[in-house]
Amino acid sequence: MTEPVLSIENLTIALPEGADRAFAVDGVNLQLFAGEILCIVGESGSGKSMAANAMMGLLPDLVRPVDGRIVYGKVDLLDKTEAELMDLRGRKLAMIFQEPMSALNPLMRVEDQIAEVYEAHRLLSPKTRAARAVELLTEVGIPDPAKAAKAYPFQLSGGQRQRVMIAMALALEPEILIADEPTTALDVTTQAQILKLIRDLQRKRGMAVMFITHDFGVVAEIADRVAVMQLGKIVETGTADAVLDNPQHAYTRKLIAAIPRLAAGQAPVRKEKTPVLEVESLSKTYRTGGGLFSKPRVVEAVKDVSLQLAEGETLGIVGESGSGKSSVGRCLVRLMEPDQGTVRLAGRDMAHLKGERLRAARGSIQMIFQDPYASLNPRAKIGRIIAEGPMAHGVARREAYERAARLLELVGLDVSAIDRYPHEFSGGQRQRVGIARALALEPRVIIADEAVSALDVSIQAQVLDLLADLKERLDLALIFITHDLRVAAQICDRIAVMHRGEFVETGPAHDIFNRPRNAYTRTLIEAIPGREKELATVG
Amino acid sequence: MSDFWKRFSRNRGAVIGIVILAVVVLVAILAPMLFPQSPWRMVQRPFLPPLSMNQYLLGTDALGRDVLTGLAYGAQVSLLVGIVSTVAALLVGIPIGALAGYFGGAADDVLMRFTEFFQTVPSFALAIVLVAIFEPNIQSIIAAIAVVSWPPVARLVRGEVLSLRSREYIEAAILSGQTSAAIIWRQVLPNTLSPIIVLASLMVATAILLESSLSFLGLGDPNMMSWGYMIGAARTVIRQAWWLSFFPGVAILLTVLALNLIGEGLNDALNPRLARRGK
Repeated sequence: MTEPVLSIENLTIALPEGADRAFAVDGVNLQLFAGEILCIVGESGSGKSMAANAMMGLLPDLVRPVDGRIVYGKVDLLDKTEAELMDLRGRKLAMIFQEPMSALNPLMRVEDQIAEVYEAHRLLSPKTRAARAVELLTEVGIPDPAKAAKAYPFQLSGGQRQRVMIAMALALEPEILIADEPTTALDVTTQAQILKLIRDLQRKRGMAVMFITHDFGVVAEIADRVAVMQLGKIVETGTADAVLDNPQHAYTRKLIAAIPRLAAGQAPVRKEKTPVLEVESLSKTYRTGGGLFSKPRVVEAVKDVSLQLAEGETLGIVGESGSGKSSVGRCLVRLMEPDQGTVRLAGRDMAHLKGERLRAARGSIQMIFQDPYASLNPRAKIGRIIAEGPMAHGVARREAYERAARLLELVGLDVSAIDRYPHEFSGGQRQRVGIARALALEPRVIIADEAVSALDVSIQAQVLDLLADLKERLDLALIFITHDLRVAAQICDRIAVMHRGEFVETGPAHDIFNRPRNAYTRTLIEAIPGREKELATVG
Repeated sequence: MSDFWKRFSRNRGAVIGIVILAVVVLVAILAPMLFPQSPWRMVQRPFLPPLSMNQYLLGTDALGRDVLTGLAYGAQVSLLVGIVSTVAALLVGIPIGALAGYFGGAADDVLMRFTEFFQTVPSFALAIVLVAIFEPNIQSIIAAIAVVSWPPVARLVRGEVLSLRSREYIEAAILSGQTSAAIIWRQVLPNTLSPIIVLASLMVATAILLESSLSFLGLGDPNMMSWGYMIGAARTVIRQAWWLSFFPGVAILLTVLALNLIGEGLNDALNPRLARRGK
């Protein structure tokens, strides 16, 4: 076998005292060969980003490598001084990050940011730098590169910004590209394009790419070889096909099993039930800015949306960011005022209630939020968080706390949680608390807004199981808002696909996935990472 | 709590601040026991220099009053004015800021214009006018200082509430049918506590300075010995008797410095994410 371009030998990185484990990265051995894409997969906190940062010399102050070597071209990168590393960075090793908006300087034009890479290494003249910037932008496939070069980051879309980041990384033709979750913040269709771009560029230039991700779908799309990390250790390495089709380690098997399958089951024929929620021609338009001299920016977030939800049914609203799916959810619970339309909940029009009557009516429609860290008051105990709702509706304090205890058991938490604060719980446990809180008022309808998007895939599977189980036992009507079609396929009976504020297609989940009628739905489904691989295995 | 102390004590300046403040508080509390005589009583010949008599370590002033006794009783006044006026300012500023931030819109406009009205008037000038209108006594001084120092509290609380208002747990509280009053009191305000505590510690320092300045100008409570009054009275004899203005000046400097150090330490301990590198 040929020499690896980069090899990590027994790398061990210590965490400061008081962290949840002693080593962020614990005895990791990895080899990266020219012309291959190596994916490092792991859940959050597995140390995968820490390993990448160590290569670039970007470790936080209190975190230091205590053992091992990172060998690049016969020298150990860990021995290098900051000045020597500076020369290597960009020229030999380049990196792209997760969030392109925060990785780009918001006050600099794109071409200046690319030119800066050359300037830092004292290469080329200012004029040729600008010309080179446009060439690079053309290479990464930005539409109208000459115009994009003059643009500021905020004038570009998320996918275009990530392309700019890639152009900057490629500026000095590095041998090794490290990509840390580069598509996690992107929509699924954009993600597919960026993955293809990275793959094409890597083939064309024969680079070695180290691709860090938590998403096995992405791995299936792009990887040549895979390394699976758990708690700082590499538990399994192998070619992509070997790891995905025939995982050896129990942890890998567990991770792969937790990925929601794409095939939606044929919905059971259910008895006609009365609809609990009927929404008719709901509209919401945002107006921002606009003074004496400027026109206001008008965005039609929700355009004439109608839907019906029967008891015990789960309706998925899927769409990319900015499609208005969250606005629909927020209009339904009146966290946002709809401009037009009616929301009839068990015969009563929620959209036009006010004051005290709205407050009283809110008990029957509840919401589960996205971010398990922001959705619980950090200074309130779990018991109070759950019991507060019933107490506000006139339930006696003792009874409300008893109900909270029962609900904690129902969502699979220990009753002792009632006296503890949110920070003592993990993301998945917090999300269970959020579900218990939504159930505390015994609502007829629950709206889950990206309720599992912030969770790791194995935790996500547990929370989805819990939701499916609860909806069965309590006969809940659920509106499940998500950008993740795999998740939607697993839990929804019916799916509405949303695009630019409108429902472009609504139908049973099985039909949407197998016989999409709308062109947009088809692009969305084709862009799901790992889909081809999955179809191939299923046969 | 132990975690809080660990972070707080990592800032050495803050620990020094606590020690100095503890000494000042002890002196203020023990003043009647340590110096049973009234600070206004003439005890020796005037202009007795420091260290010339063991009984009167820091010397005497133009009327033969003991400087050390004056300092001890002055600590009482400074702390009393600093703490009470800060509490009063918080009682005005927090509700105004919370209501403006939570309800937004017209309520925000009205309350913030009202706040700006106070902010545009130079605070010291306003304090002088207020004390001069009412007669200069400890109550009117405290009231005047509170009136000029609540606007920053209102602005801080408003900003904090504005950012908390869009958090998901506040939205969850709205959805669970809690009243606005309950949400502000139980969900929002507890989470604004850290920056308020930090600001309050700095406000006590500013209030002590304001009180000293007012007393220096002769607008202090005539029945209470205060550091500002001692400096003001010694102003005319500063070339003959330096110690009369020097020691009260040092007392003010140390107390205000201590409070500022504590404020910075509290900031590091309560807002760990905003703290400087490596924490």
